Amino acid sequence: MNKTAFTNSETAWCPGCGNYSILETLTGVLNEMETPPSQIVLVGGIGQAAKTNQYISANGFSGLHGRALPAAVAIKIVNDDLTVIVNTGDGDSYGEGGNHFIHNIRRNVDITHFVHDNQIYGLTKGQPSPTSDPCDLDHITDACNMSASFNPLLIAIATGATFVARAFSGDQEHLAKIMHAAINHKGYALVDILQPCVSFNKKNTFAYYKQRVKPLDDSYDPANKLAAMEKAMEFGDTIPIGILYQQQLPTYKEKRSELFDTMPLIDKKVRLEDVQALIKSYI
Amino acid sequence: MYNILLGGAAGDGIETMSALLEKILKQSGCHLFTIRDFMSRVRGGHNFTQIRFGNIPLAAHRDALDGLFAIDETTYKEHCHQLSSDGFILCDDSLIIDDDRVIRLPLKEAAKKIGNPKVISSVAIGSLLKLFDFSLTPAADIFKTNLRADLVAVNLSALEKGYSLVKPRFNFDPVQTSDQILLSGNTAIGLGALASGLKFYSAYPMSPSTTLLDFFYVHGNKMNVAVEQAEDEIAAINMAIGASYAGAPAMTGTSGGGFSLMVEALGFTGIAEIPLVVVDVQRPGPATGFPTRTEQSDLNFVISASQGEFPRMVIALRDHADCFYQTARSFALAKKYQMPVILLSDQYLADSTTTLPILNTNDIVTYSPEPDALPEKECYRRYALTASGISPLRIPGKTEALVRVDSDEHDEFGQITESASLRNQMVEKRMHKLDLLKDELIEPEFYGYKHCQSLLLGFGSTSGAIKEAVDILNADVKNYGALLFGDIYPLPMNQLKYYAAQVVEIINVEQNATGQLAALIRQEALICCNNSILKYDGRQLSVDDILSGIKNMKGGF
Repeated sequence: MNKTAFTNSETAWCPGCGNYSILETLTGVLNEMETPPSQIVLVGGIGQAAKTNQYISANGFSGLHGRALPAAVAIKIVNDDLTVIVNTGDGDSYGEGGNHFIHNIRRNVDITHFVHDNQIYGLTKGQPSPTSDPCDLDHITDACNMSASFNPLLIAIATGATFVARAFSGDQEHLAKIMHAAINHKGYALVDILQPCVSFNKKNTFAYYKQRVKPLDDSYDPANKLAAMEKAMEFGDTIPIGILYQQQLPTYKEKRSELFDTMPLIDKKVRLEDVQALIKSYI
Repeated sequence: MYNILLGGAAGDGIETMSALLEKILKQSGCHLFTIRDFMSRVRGGHNFTQIRFGNIPLAAHRDALDGLFAIDETTYKEHCHQLSSDGFILCDDSLIIDDDRVIRLPLKEAAKKIGNPKVISSVAIGSLLKLFDFSLTPAADIFKTNLRADLVAVNLSALEKGYSLVKPRFNFDPVQTSDQILLSGNTAIGLGALASGLKFYSAYPMSPSTTLLDFFYVHGNKMNVAVEQAEDEIAAINMAIGASYAGAPAMTGTSGGGFSLMVEALGFTGIAEIPLVVVDVQRPGPATGFPTRTEQSDLNFVISASQGEFPRMVIALRDHADCFYQTARSFALAKKYQMPVILLSDQYLADSTTTLPILNTNDIVTYSPEPDALPEKECYRRYALTASGISPLRIPGKTEALVRVDSDEHDEFGQITESASLRNQMVEKRMHKLDLLKDELIEPEFYGYKHCQSLLLGFGSTSGAIKEAVDILNADVKNYGALLFGDIYPLPMNQLKYYAAQVVEIINVEQNATGQLAALIRQEALICCNNSILKYDGRQLSVDDILSGIKNMKGGF
């Protein structure tokens, strides 16, 4: 593989934004893979994180806010040869796209979902996101949740996700490892990537995450669902990062053997004689 | 020509009985047009089907009935005013109906004696066939091919018993119908989509579009179509857009409420230039409205839905043949112009069944782009600025070219831009496609007397009734013509302007309260209608409604 097949370009992000290291890591991961750019589709919704596909030389689909997942799964359903990777933010994935998040976990289509989670709305300048920390009622800041915080990992595990991981943009080596594992996973893979928003999130800063993130140790068993749910609820002085849960279950395609074989759906010929025979069955 | 109604509560088996009876009548040499009127409930209430049959092709229902099969007294009460003076009411002898036209038969008792109370509808079919003097052979054939093997014998006994209970009252000259098919509007849309190579259908169940989803569930695997029930209509359309981007001919179907949720994504297909077919099977709105009933009130909505400006096409389906051929054509147009094409149907067309000549997959409009010699790889520009406004379309993964699409305003490569000059170029490029499309619009069908003084205007599913009304009116005074719009946006105007200059009055006939077609014509062609016949009670405009509308307008004809 040409090691510079995937290149990145000038971005619309703030200096110091966590997205840079995610972009750099992802570009590196893609370059290490055997798959050429023409076989990769990077899908995004709307938001700063969703612009990731604009900056990598691969196929790109920049859809609507919150609607990256429905488009991504359909791309994979009709052409299984493609590697489909979604990059979007926490607002796009869990707020506007919450319904699609839940139901595409259930579909288990073989795609990868990288959520750039900075616990805030960046592009609209500082409103709380579903994953913003809960407000301290004695000290309410701009970007805290008066509602309960959304725990994407816990919800993903509970909804039947087959690959659930957390990573941190500040630990690129670890992030790369998790990205590889997620892309290689057969089925829907979620990686919630913590990243600082230097402009608007004054609480969950680079230093905040750096002090708290702790890679899961080798003794951790990602096949234990209940333990994974407990782990997913740890988010305080220590924030575990790594593959919290992984299980191999039949994918969307594997469950539909009558429709899918080795040939992608888009390559299958239209058999007009079958359609004509079906029409004649109405005689 | 005869017209009979079968009525009962939801769950009484009227739908199953009607479907069998329709097949038997077709096999017996009848053309058919059947409407289904049902409530938004699973049990109880009042549902009916109205089967019109004759020895010429039929394109609409009529109000006057020759016979009623009443499972309950409600059916009689609801419909006795439609029954002609020499018509009949067929019912079980337990029903209390005070009417000279009633034929009371021991239907329940006969079914019980045969050993299965559920075969009551087969007893009734036997009696109905005898009343119209049909032979039993076609019915026996249909029972054998349509019923579960272990139920054939008992139903045949029931059929014969019913046949023996009455004497013939009417007679019928059968015609050759073995070259005809019998299907519903939604089935014809499904077949049209399959014929054009559909590979992906996503939808959220919503009456009256749901039977389209059901159709694809049944036939999807065999026909290589992925069918996905989405979590909502927003997902349904975004899935279809993703599938289309990846090279699969894709469609989504819904009714007005679901279409409302799809609106933002409709604009996305416009700016991202992604081919897509969207079916809106209309029902009366707003909001939940009348879930199982009919209306043509989404016209204004679908031609303007979504923020911003982008090219789109809207085709109103007029009949079951349109459902097949225009659906197929919509795929070709969506692909050619890389834009959304919206098909407007409605509950009347979706659920009604009719006989029509065998649809032919060789007669559909297709589109295969000329192979172009653009450089592949890095030089591919998804939104290349061309003279036509149409940019060469590549499928991701099928070439080394990188295919980038964007809901933001973008440059030729699909990269986000904020440039004023690029914005102008892209808007002009997209809108220019409409100019090309205008050259291949299909003019409305003219029907009636060429030198007419009164011109009726209609679109979509009211066409059959309007044509029959024109025939009846012209039998009296040769004065009427009609323009029946299929392609409706952009509005084809040649025929319209020609006839508008000739006639004395123009009457728009529409299944909505505000005259949306008339408004569109005023806006686009600066032509005003003089009178209108509008209906919005959820029940389809009949030939009779049009005739009485014209009579009331003129004070008699």
